[in-house]
Amino acid sequence: MMLVWLILIPFIGGLLCWQFERLGDTAPRWIALGTMGLELLLTLWLWWGGDFQLPEIAGAQASQWVLEFRAPWIPRFGIDIHLALDGLSLILIALTGFLGVLAVVCSWKEIIGRVGFFHLNLLWILGGVVGVFLAIDLFLFFFFWELMLVPMYFLIALWGHSGTQGKTRIGAATKFFIYTQASGLLMLVAILGLAFAHHAATGIYSFSYDDLRNAPISDELAMWLMLGFFIAFAVKLPVVPLHGWLPDAHAQAPTAGSVDLAGILLKTAAYGMLRFTLPLFPEASQAFAPVAMTLGLVGIFYGALMACGQQDIKRLIAYTSISHMGFVLIGIYAGTQLALQGVVVLMVAHAFSAAGLFIMSGQIYERLHTRDMTQMGGLWGRLGSLPGFSLCFVAASLGMPGTANFIGEFMVLFGTFPIAPWVVAIASVGLVLAAIYSLFLMQRVYYGPAKSDEPLEGLDHREYVMLLGILALVLFFGLYPQPLLETSGAAMHEIQRLFTDPALTTTILPTGAS
Amino acid sequence: MTLTTTHLVALLPLILVCATAIVVMLGIAWRRHHTGTTIVTAIGLNLALLSLLIVWQVTPIETPLLVIDGLSVFAMVLILVSALACTTLAHAYLEHYKGPVEEFYLLLLCSVAGAMVLASSRHLATLFFGLELLSMPLYGMLAYAFHERRSLEAGIKYLILSAAASAFLLFGMALLYAQSGRLDLPGLTAGLANNTDVWALAGAGMMLVGLGFKLSIVPFHLWAPDVYEGGPGPASIFLASASKVAAFVVLLRLVMTTPAFQGEWLNETLTVLALLTMIVGNLLALNQSDLKRLLAYSSIAHFGYLMVTLVVSDGLALETAGIYLLTYVVTVLAAFGIVTLISSPYGGTDASALHHYRGLFWRRPYLTAVLTVSMLSLAGIPSTAGFIGKFYIIALGVEAQRWWLVGGIILGSAIGLYYYLRVMVTLFLAEAGMRRRDAPHNWGIRAGGVVVLGLALLMVVLGLYPAPMVEWVKLLAATRIG
Repeated sequence: MMLVWLILIPFIGGLLCWQFERLGDTAPRWIALGTMGLELLLTLWLWWGGDFQLPEIAGAQASQWVLEFRAPWIPRFGIDIHLALDGLSLILIALTGFLGVLAVVCSWKEIIGRVGFFHLNLLWILGGVVGVFLAIDLFLFFFFWELMLVPMYFLIALWGHSGTQGKTRIGAATKFFIYTQASGLLMLVAILGLAFAHHAATGIYSFSYDDLRNAPISDELAMWLMLGFFIAFAVKLPVVPLHGWLPDAHAQAPTAGSVDLAGILLKTAAYGMLRFTLPLFPEASQAFAPVAMTLGLVGIFYGALMACGQQDIKRLIAYTSISHMGFVLIGIYAGTQLALQGVVVLMVAHAFSAAGLFIMSGQIYERLHTRDMTQMGGLWGRLGSLPGFSLCFVAASLGMPGTANFIGEFMVLFGTFPIAPWVVAIASVGLVLAAIYSLFLMQRVYYGPAKSDEPLEGLDHREYVMLLGILALVLFFGLYPQPLLETSGAAMHEIQRLFTDPALTTTILPTGAS
Repeated sequence: MTLTTTHLVALLPLILVCATAIVVMLGIAWRRHHTGTTIVTAIGLNLALLSLLIVWQVTPIETPLLVIDGLSVFAMVLILVSALACTTLAHAYLEHYKGPVEEFYLLLLCSVAGAMVLASSRHLATLFFGLELLSMPLYGMLAYAFHERRSLEAGIKYLILSAAASAFLLFGMALLYAQSGRLDLPGLTAGLANNTDVWALAGAGMMLVGLGFKLSIVPFHLWAPDVYEGGPGPASIFLASASKVAAFVVLLRLVMTTPAFQGEWLNETLTVLALLTMIVGNLLALNQSDLKRLLAYSSIAHFGYLMVTLVVSDGLALETAGIYLLTYVVTVLAAFGIVTLISSPYGGTDASALHHYRGLFWRRPYLTAVLTVSMLSLAGIPSTAGFIGKFYIIALGVEAQRWWLVGGIILGSAIGLYYYLRVMVTLFLAEAGMRRRDAPHNWGIRAGGVVVLGLALLMVVLGLYPAPMVEWVKLLAATRIG
């Protein structure tokens, strides 16, 4: 029941925000903050009390879930409301709670119109994301996967900024929605294909993760279905040929939207690959791994090179996300325990550093009313302590030792080396590019000739605490990543086992099953 | 065959609707009273709806001309519910109409009777009779505000094109009759069982043209946007919901039972038409700036998706068609209902241009919420009824391994999103300075408002908890004759 509440709390909180708008603008903000705070506390409480060690008896009997909830939903097709929590989903939900709090706080002054409705959308996105992280019935997963798009669309379309070269926020929002929805339908087709294959073999309709994992499907069909899943997740991650929506959506979204988008929504894709693509189609994924890793490499270089050429500070950060997600993709398809755990650390670290950078650019925008880096320059002495924080986040983003990003990237590369040494060698070059675009960012924004000598408004307490909090976490997990590794260990081990020894778990019908 | 009491019980809904029509007619002759007429109509329709509970006890049952099975009961429920929504909305709409208003309900009732006959016909005579009884009053309803050029144009356009379609239908029937010597569906089925003659095929094709016109399947769709846009709101609602349901149900029955419709060639034609309808309907809707036209094209596209059930026509097909029709009707009633409410009371052309709706949310949050939910439902987003429909359609396509159709549905949905989103975001944008039409302030507590709110609630409930609907449709689909 706890799991149901984790999903319901943001939805209820959102409705309350909308209704209490009539009490003034501050009421929705406090309600939203309280809601996300409660969500975060509940998750941390679960984390504290939960046991995430490897189950003693390895094998099919031992449940891989720490908490589970199951209730029938649409019995006609064997669809259940089936929620489950393991270390991986717990970490990501805690991250959602934390970034939710940040998103509320960072829009405290930025959003001034229709506050209640804004927070309704914000909280519903987060509710949908929590649903994605908890659902293990494939129908339910798809349900939440699509559900979180609608409020995100409104967030960008209604509270976003119109871009510099005539790019409108509505255009960006529509692009985002169509990309993700259309690819989502491909996933629905794949889910249905899998469910009907299972039905053909057993005569039972089921969308359950455990049942479908053992569905006997032919190799060819498995490849097609795997591609359906992969494309849906690749659009969201994003993987390079399918990334068109991301820079626009990020550049046009309000700060809170960017924080959520980079911090959590991109992670749902990585989560989907870890939870569904790899375990459901181990052989097909193995066969596909070289292609996926190549795409990851392309993403690393493409993102980094494009970032070097951007004028708009938020577009630059958006392209760095593409680059970082390239590492995540490589790590996922390497499939070793070390690489998979590195992926988890890297996801968390990227969420912090990207959130920090987006909040920073939002704060610069509030003061200068531009995101164009050619209009900045020489801000170091004029902004109080903001430049110092920026330097730290930029350092984190380029993977400086001591930050969590370093741990993540290092583990991904280290874990991939035994599988694909050449990929690692080439990907390492991407780290150099990361240093280049980071320096570009610092140089163009903070150094160089100042446009004016007047000092700008410094950070107030809200902003200061917010940035300090993120920074503390980046450094904490950079110096002591053990909590993350311990919590995700069992879940990652399970995925690694399913991925690398498919023969242990799937029953392959010898002939004729298709 | 003699008619027994059981047969009369089975025909009770039809009898009740016809009786109500007569009562309304006599009432108008005696004394004109708008609200009174509305109430009598609503009572009659409600009684007919309740009588379906009794009818359910005796189904399935056949008379020489009509068949009352799960499918016809299902269609009747949808038709009667649409008609009820139409009646309540028409009351608000016609409140300040200058000219006689009571006859609208008379026309509506006749049309309902026609739709019910059509949906339960098992004989080509009743098929034709029902179709004409459905269409004739619709000409009058569409041209009801005849001093508006648009409305008159809509009525006449529908009349002329409908007549052409009827000619096709009749010719097709004649060809089938020439081949089999029978007019009832079981007779046709038996007579054409081993007949691969080209004339039977031509007959089936021509009937398909005639019914396809009513369903506005591409390439017989050209009338739809003009007629929807020009007709008064309540008439458009009826045209988009009840009329289409009845025509689709009868087409489904024909395709599922009659061998002439199951040939390879016709099946491939249906596939191509379905693909065309999905894609063209969505493409044409992209640049519409009028909500009623946009909904007309969207309705074309939705019937493109529905045609997948005609192509597959076994396994899950009947259930899918039922679910999709149900979710579609609920959604389209809500969407058109809002347009009608905004244009109420009658004051010239309907307020359907998109700029009328700009910033509506900040003035009428709940009304806008209803329209938003129905747009989401039309787009097939989870947590709305439309998603369940879309899920079923895709499931059917995947199960039958019709990958072209599945691809068409995905492509069509992706295109469709663009204009649904455009409507949605318009509702939430900052208000423009222009003067605009608006629903009355107390819309929420009036009959029309209650209907629309109820439909929105139903959309969300069906989207979140579809199990009862699924079970109900499955039960009805299981008691089909033929």
